[in-house]
Amino acid sequence: MKKLFKNPLRRWSWLFLLPVTAAFAIGFVWPFFQGIWLSLCKFKLIRDAKFIGFGNYASAFADESFRHAFWYTALFAVVSLVLINVLAFTVAYLLTQGIRGSNLFRTVFFMPNLIGGIVLGYIWSMIFDGILSRFGTSILMETKYGFWGLIILMLWQQIGYMMIIYIAGLQAVPEDMLEAAKIDGANRRQTLFRVIIPNVMPSITICTFLSLTNGFKLFDQNLALTAGQPFTILANGETVKTTEMLALNIYNTFYGQSSASQGVAQAKAVIFFVLVAGLGLLQLAYTRKKEVQQ
Amino acid sequence: MKMRKIVALTLVLVMVLALCACGDKATPAEGGKEETGSVYWLNFKPESDEVLHEIAKTYTEKTGVEVQVVTAASGTYSTTLNAEMEKTKMPTLFVIGNQAGVKEWSDYALDLKGTAIADELNTDAYNLYDENGKLVSIGYCYECYGIIVNRDLIEQAGHTMDEIKNFEGLKTVAEDIHARANDLGFDAFTSNDMDASSSWRYTGHMINLEYVYEEREAGKVWTECPATLTGNYMDNFRNLYDLAVNNSTVERTALATGGHDAENEFKTGKAAFFVNGSWEYAAVSADVPNSTMIPYYCGVEGEEKAGLNCGTENCWAVNAKASEADQKATIDFMVWMVTDPEASRKLVDSFGVMPYKHAAESTNAYLAAANAYSDDGCYVMDWATNYQPNVDDYRAAAVSALNAYNAAPSDETWATVKTAFIEGWATQYKKAAN
Repeated sequence: MKKLFKNPLRRWSWLFLLPVTAAFAIGFVWPFFQGIWLSLCKFKLIRDAKFIGFGNYASAFADESFRHAFWYTALFAVVSLVLINVLAFTVAYLLTQGIRGSNLFRTVFFMPNLIGGIVLGYIWSMIFDGILSRFGTSILMETKYGFWGLIILMLWQQIGYMMIIYIAGLQAVPEDMLEAAKIDGANRRQTLFRVIIPNVMPSITICTFLSLTNGFKLFDQNLALTAGQPFTILANGETVKTTEMLALNIYNTFYGQSSASQGVAQAKAVIFFVLVAGLGLLQLAYTRKKEVQQ
Repeated sequence: MKMRKIVALTLVLVMVLALCACGDKATPAEGGKEETGSVYWLNFKPESDEVLHEIAKTYTEKTGVEVQVVTAASGTYSTTLNAEMEKTKMPTLFVIGNQAGVKEWSDYALDLKGTAIADELNTDAYNLYDENGKLVSIGYCYECYGIIVNRDLIEQAGHTMDEIKNFEGLKTVAEDIHARANDLGFDAFTSNDMDASSSWRYTGHMINLEYVYEEREAGKVWTECPATLTGNYMDNFRNLYDLAVNNSTVERTALATGGHDAENEFKTGKAAFFVNGSWEYAAVSADVPNSTMIPYYCGVEGEEKAGLNCGTENCWAVNAKASEADQKATIDFMVWMVTDPEASRKLVDSFGVMPYKHAAESTNAYLAAANAYSDDGCYVMDWATNYQPNVDDYRAAAVSALNAYNAAPSDETWATVKTAFIEGWATQYKKAAN
């Protein structure tokens, strides 16, 4: 019986893999290679693309606003990475201490993550403006408001998600290890830093990876909260959108300007991919080293 | 073991069904399209969306030709057009409204010269040609903008329309109403939000006065986008802009994020002046029957002879890459819209006026006002604004500068506004030329 069932399943395994493989190929592999091809072209519509070589990359690197967006995004990613993970870990740690109503808290903290980015952006812009309008200003007026506004928004959205991952990690710390630490006379602080944190390194790896790449890829919240405002208008009429992040810069390049810039936007997108993938892998390699084998 | 077998079989079944479902949907749609031709109209005027759907439905009922109307959300037309043109089922009828659009989309537009719809036109004034003389798009309605005025409220405040013949007059009336707003129960200007749904009223329309007076100073109307501007009339723009934001229902510091409903304020009699255009007539005429439109008075010498800003961004283009059957169906549909008494009545009520021989007469009081000004020998302010280079980026920078100005009005912050409009023009012109 077992043999009869197993063999047909093996023979037909490709059929079961087909939907996922097809979806992956259609949804990722094909657009990815087409994107690389288009970054070497000048085009208005994709089907009329004309090959022009590496000119788009030269324009992308020469673009002041792209460089600004890169540094702004990097700053945002680092600040949000640190804050999200520290706060998420703290909340997770507190909620695994057996406080009453832990499950309710977990649910409530996780819920913001279920709201879409655009909606969040508009809701928070109303909240911030509700406060800032009392001081006769708005989130669109100052770069620092835009920056910290976006940080607060992202913390609110992401902490709950990362918290769940940390809780899973914390619950997997072996009880006997904690007991052994207690018997050896370790205090709470020592237990936390010497026993618990090394043991949740896999969770830290995944959470830092997620928050780093999320920070770099951020788009919807950026668009809905400030859309790059306020701008600095240089004397020559050039504008730098001071709160514009990389993904939004690419989008604005693609749609905001004339058709010549669509290839440039595509080139920026390829650079963006290499950057995010490279950083993500570096970070993974680094935190993996810190993980302990149980 | 039996359980696993059942699960495996169910999975196979689900997958096969899913694949079938995918296949089923695609076939009939494509099959039907080839034979009779159908119309897909990418509409650019959100305020007309409802009417266009009605029109499309009526046409389909009468002729059996499928007409699909999709309306791009306010301010996203060019993005939507780009995305829709990528699809297999692309728009057969779309809008190329200005020279920048002609430059970008000319290759995708059918030469309309000599077509049945071009023969129906009663004027060539609103048509757009490319550099080779191809008729890229034809006007389907024209519009005017300026300042909409509720006459009844002006009279309630103890003034008359005759007082408003130039900027001084407008300023006196507006400031007086604003000062007594609490007693009167209404204010001078409706809110002047600077968010995406409303900022075009200033960065797209009111700024037109600056361009037009530059044209008049130079003694010629632009026929292509100028590389630079002089900015000589920015102070006049500032006069009118300040007047509107300082004497309105909403404080100028609260304009950046928007969220106020200017149209509703005007409809409910909360304010007497409303910076907008003729397309608003359909929306406000029922609630404010006694309204008219006045020019942008801004303190330029001789502006007593100014008229309204007349022009259009509403020009139909037919997709050159669509199948011949679809092109024919589209042109038939266009001709029907401008000749059928009922259909053109509905469209004219929504659009204002249609420049076609057999279309219904306009009932729009603001367009009538535009004609009255012309008849009085006033000069028409043409839509020089249509030449704004890289229009989205250009306007976005202006909005940001105006926000900073509204937060702290001073000559210094105004200098940035001027940079955004004037130097920004030259910068975007260079970028667009690449």
